[in-house]
Amino acid sequence: MAFDKMELRDIEVWDGNFAAAQALRQCQIDVVSAYPITPSTPIVEGYAKFLADGYVEGEFVMVESEHAAMSGCIGASAAGGRVATATSSQGFALMVETLYQASGMRLPIVLNVVNRALAAPLNVNGDHSDMYLGRDSGWIQLDAYSPQEAYDLNFIAFRVAEDHDVRLPCMVHQDGFMTSHTAQGVHTMDDDTAYGFVGDFKPMNDMLDFEHPVTHGVQTEEDWHFEHKARQHNDLMTKVMPKIQAAFDDFEKLTGRKYNIVEKYDMDDADVAVVCMGTSVETAREVALEMREKGIKAGVVGLRVVRPFPFFEIQEALKDVKAIAALDRSSPNGAPGMLFNEIAGALFNTDTKALLSGYVYGLGGRDLTKKHLTDLYTELQANVDAGKVLTPLQQFIGVRGPKLAFL
Amino acid sequence: MLEIRWHSRAGQGAVTGAKGLADVISTTGKDVQAFAFYGSAKRGAAMTAYNRVDDKPIMNHEKYMEPDYVFVIDPALVYTTDVTINAKENTVFIITTHMSREELVASQPKLEGKEVHTVDCIKIAQETIGRAIPNTPMLGAFMKISGMYEIEFFKDSMKRILAKLPQKIVDANMLAIQRAYDEVK
Repeated sequence: MAFDKMELRDIEVWDGNFAAAQALRQCQIDVVSAYPITPSTPIVEGYAKFLADGYVEGEFVMVESEHAAMSGCIGASAAGGRVATATSSQGFALMVETLYQASGMRLPIVLNVVNRALAAPLNVNGDHSDMYLGRDSGWIQLDAYSPQEAYDLNFIAFRVAEDHDVRLPCMVHQDGFMTSHTAQGVHTMDDDTAYGFVGDFKPMNDMLDFEHPVTHGVQTEEDWHFEHKARQHNDLMTKVMPKIQAAFDDFEKLTGRKYNIVEKYDMDDADVAVVCMGTSVETAREVALEMREKGIKAGVVGLRVVRPFPFFEIQEALKDVKAIAALDRSSPNGAPGMLFNEIAGALFNTDTKALLSGYVYGLGGRDLTKKHLTDLYTELQANVDAGKVLTPLQQFIGVRGPKLAFL
Repeated sequence: MLEIRWHSRAGQGAVTGAKGLADVISTTGKDVQAFAFYGSAKRGAAMTAYNRVDDKPIMNHEKYMEPDYVFVIDPALVYTTDVTINAKENTVFIITTHMSREELVASQPKLEGKEVHTVDCIKIAQETIGRAIPNTPMLGAFMKISGMYEIEFFKDSMKRILAKLPQKIVDANMLAIQRAYDEVK
């Protein structure tokens, strides 16, 4: 079956969802098994339309739930195809059981997660609760801050996940609505260039290779389970980052767009730094530049790779700063935030004397304004001047009512 | 940085209008952003959409905005929502209404002392497109008030964006854009 190519302008005005759908088309996904949920629906809808219009050679499987959607992806991937889907929030939560199956079976599925709050109370807007829910699932997690990056990182995801030394599924995260429904200029690749970057799918231990029968999804008890899990963790810890870096390098050669495992902005001489993810990284970049005009040496660190956690890259990025704010867009529900904990863990045995404080913000899509970030940087500078953290270690930004602070 | 806030009802095409405007502006080499506030709002509910335009890359993703222009594409929203919220001294309002500017300001004192332009996008849309979709006429009015682009360039650009629609609808939209351009006061 043949398919048509699509003419794209060099810069298209796309939202994050359509950018991801276009990337799935250009990667020529064999199977998308999907159950739509706001705000990620247009990604799989987009693929389905491209398929119906003859721009993709593949199959769209409509299923009865997100659990079934990922199960379908697992089956198709084990059979030996290039597979992707998309979800958000409650759908992601329902998928969790199968996420562990996908990674444990070493299936290179790409899942676009359009980040959204988790109920209750029900909320369709963007925060990182679902991203955080997936962080121990054995998947690679990449984070986009804009529609451009949602497009680009899909190609990176297939390249890394499908590498025979990796063979692990990969999530591409983007912020619900703030990226997924925000139209911005996206620099495109033509179809041949884009497909050339990911290349033909090379199956491994595929079930449809009848000459070489294999078993997928086996049971192992005390005798072998730990070895499988240890090996998966080993590969995440040792093999994935070099492959991601290599993919970033190749992508830069191809497009001129440079990605880093940890993104650093104005960090060379920074005294105070904000560490965050998603669209907040870009807003913080703008505020950091404004703070510098006011004499505060502000910088921003963004996680591009959430899992595996960039332990050494975070150490390196933060080694010379005097005060750090870790911004978590998910309720830790009874603990310091994930970023606070991971950064503390990365810096603990180093020589740094940096002051670390945590902030919870933006739940359920609550706006993170430039004013919030200006106040935050000012607070960090006050900590530097005092030589100690003057505030509680965990504060909430932008929540109504009496100021909430803990620890 | 040029910032625009749209006041609309869900289903009247503010998001499509904001994205269409962003698309046209993007072709002239500027950086653009178009987004909206979503919730579980159903058709007919009041909603807002937004445009940002700049010569350098737009990194600001805050939803808070002090707009340079406010577009109101449903006449009743002037009374049921605060269309002047977070406005600046020099914010320009383009409001869909069948009333004169004086009648409108008298009926909504918050508009007193503001730069207010009026155009009946609902009537224009009904008489040209045949449905009360007031988004494209608002853009015609904006071209006149802002002087952003020549109207012929703008219409040609919109033809490309609307190209998936039947020719009759595209032609009607061009008529609507031109009429709003000519009729805005």
